[in-house]
Amino acid sequence: MLEIKDLHARIGDREILKGFSLTINPGEVHAIMGPNGAGKSTLSSVLAGKEDYEVTGGSVTFLGKDLLAMDAAERACSGIFLAFQYPVEIPGVSNMTFLRTALNSVRKYRGLEELSTPDFLRLMKEKAAKLGMSQDMLRRGVNVGFSGGEKKRNDILQMSVLEPSFCILDETDSGLDIDALRIVSEGVNSLRSPERSMLVITHYQRLLDYIVPDVIHVMHQGKIVRTGGKELALELESTGYAAYGQDAA
Amino acid sequence: MAAVQETVERVRSVDVDQYKYGFTTDIESEKAPKGLNEDIIRFISAKKNEPEWMLEWRLDAYKRWLTMTEPTWARVNYPQVDFQDLYYYAAPKQKEGPKSIDDIDPEILKTYEKLGIPLRERDILLGIQSKDEEQAKAVEENIDAVGYTGTKVAVDAVFDSVSVATTFKEELGKAGVIFCSISEAMREHPDLVRQYLGSVVPVTDNFYATLNSAVFSDGSFVYIPKGVRCPMELSTYFRINEKNTGQFERTLIIADEGSYVSYLEGCTAPQRDENQLHAAVVELVAMKDAEIKYSTVQNWYPGDAEGKGGIYNFVTKRGDCRGENSKISWTQVETGSAVTWKYPSCILRGDNSRGEFYSIAISNGYQQVDSGTKMIHLGKNTTSRIISKGIAAGRSDNTYRGQVSAHKKAAGARNFTCCDSLLIGNKCGAHTVPYIESKNASAVFEHEATTSKISDDQLFYCMQRGLSEEEAVALIVNGFVRDVLQQLPMEFAVEAQKLISVSLEGSVG
Repeated sequence: MLEIKDLHARIGDREILKGFSLTINPGEVHAIMGPNGAGKSTLSSVLAGKEDYEVTGGSVTFLGKDLLAMDAAERACSGIFLAFQYPVEIPGVSNMTFLRTALNSVRKYRGLEELSTPDFLRLMKEKAAKLGMSQDMLRRGVNVGFSGGEKKRNDILQMSVLEPSFCILDETDSGLDIDALRIVSEGVNSLRSPERSMLVITHYQRLLDYIVPDVIHVMHQGKIVRTGGKELALELESTGYAAYGQDAA
Repeated sequence: MAAVQETVERVRSVDVDQYKYGFTTDIESEKAPKGLNEDIIRFISAKKNEPEWMLEWRLDAYKRWLTMTEPTWARVNYPQVDFQDLYYYAAPKQKEGPKSIDDIDPEILKTYEKLGIPLRERDILLGIQSKDEEQAKAVEENIDAVGYTGTKVAVDAVFDSVSVATTFKEELGKAGVIFCSISEAMREHPDLVRQYLGSVVPVTDNFYATLNSAVFSDGSFVYIPKGVRCPMELSTYFRINEKNTGQFERTLIIADEGSYVSYLEGCTAPQRDENQLHAAVVELVAMKDAEIKYSTVQNWYPGDAEGKGGIYNFVTKRGDCRGENSKISWTQVETGSAVTWKYPSCILRGDNSRGEFYSIAISNGYQQVDSGTKMIHLGKNTTSRIISKGIAAGRSDNTYRGQVSAHKKAAGARNFTCCDSLLIGNKCGAHTVPYIESKNASAVFEHEATTSKISDDQLFYCMQRGLSEEEAVALIVNGFVRDVLQQLPMEFAVEAQKLISVSLEGSVG
């Protein structure tokens, strides 16, 4: 599904990704862990197409296509979804309007008809109920006045409506209490399928108790330094990242 | 919802040149000689068969104007206007005044058709005004949302210096409503005109208003009798066509006791390299328990991408809440003009009267906007509300300038002001200049102001969900102006929404 080869990227003149490689097959859930400054969030931004970052080398192939040649909107339409660490607010634009505009863009790109109003409302009702979101939240401005947990839940709602084939969860657990973490994780888990892959980025093992990955990678200084099964998370929880040296050059 | 989608479609369909009303109508017109002097004023007055007192009024204004200087306090920059290098009167040539719509020059009819303004009542009744299918659909889809039912809109069409047609006059006449050009009103209803003209904006109010008083050529006149709720929306459509011509419109609306009227004006002009002057005066009078709702969709030619050409829009608009419990509400969507200088205001004279000002001012390219309002609280328990949304893109400058004052007798006066500015890109500017003055200790004035920028994070968020950059900007801006758009009559809200996106075309990147 996704093949990253020897990826180099920088912001300004600071190189952050230094030869990052990773292959993810359909249906797999990979987790990336690592200390602050390892380049985890840069990786998610580069994959989603944020323009602040300059890719200086390597390649990314997504479903057989050159991902780096597409702009952020095209990547989203072809199935890349990023659940943000800090979802932004868009005042005055209702959640419904936002999602409908997004869904129609994505459907158009995929050669599907726009959804009729009743069909869309039905879809929203169904998906929102699963995440325990009230109708009131759907009518409010996008993320305006939402708590940290509600914002994350809203991102997962968007994910479930847009049906991407590859989801990146960027520190989705940050700022969530235990209950919110459980609800969000359940939402994510319900979206796991043999056709959909995920990349879960986190500092802590805690999230991985809820969203259990197939593979765990440790990232340090812009590349993967170790790969293992889900037991790797427990090991890191007890030893910390010290073994990988905080002595970043 | 659908409207957002439609906005986006509209943005896409727009080519390099986004001003779609920039065409010129090729007709013969009759002009006064260039320049301004007493003879020109006599010429204009004679053309309109005006009564003698009107000519005197004009000449008096002219003499006073000669002693005045152009104001310079606004945050706008433009080369000095040569007032002797303008035509002050231009009218399409025609035999006698047209008796019916069929006598109007077909070229003019075509012009209005192209602009989407229906001059044939039959067409409006058949719903042909919504030839634009998209628009019809959008309106239809929004019906449920707002319970919109109205279909009829009476139109007064002003072409350069004269009114060429006014629709639904008969039907309005049955309700006692007078809706005609101001020239006609001067002949048919001289007492009303004489009583109210200049009673809200005095002849010597300011440089442009005084100039207008001397040379105004046409505009609309509305009188709603006591207790009448005007049975349809009234609107005036202003079009400048001739080269080097100034348009000096004069509008006077009087709502007598307990009456109600909703009025809309729209403006467009051809695309020309030289700047053109538009200096209008609008006066509103609301008597006891009366309500006037005045909406403007201003889309004068804004100049090209390099800032060449465009209309100078120097306008004085003021409403007088003369009676108790009266209400005047201004709503404006300003997207056009090279330079805008405009402050629709309310004088809250009657006790318990209310003034409102809702504004969306968008500037792009090299446009300069200095606009806002004045709420002058004179009566007891008067209230006012100001909601202003400024959006600056390109290399434009956008200033909100507002005055709220309470007279010493204005016990219990209340004002709420909220000015929000949105910046798109990093070469534009937004400014807020509030003047607040209270001479009564019981007055309560609130002022809120914010300035924000469409952040890269917001754009990225939208694009990550599949929206193109244009769609993302349209969506964010629509959200920003939402509470003002809701104040517009439905059919115009849809139009305004489209206009906003078109005005912002090419504002990103």
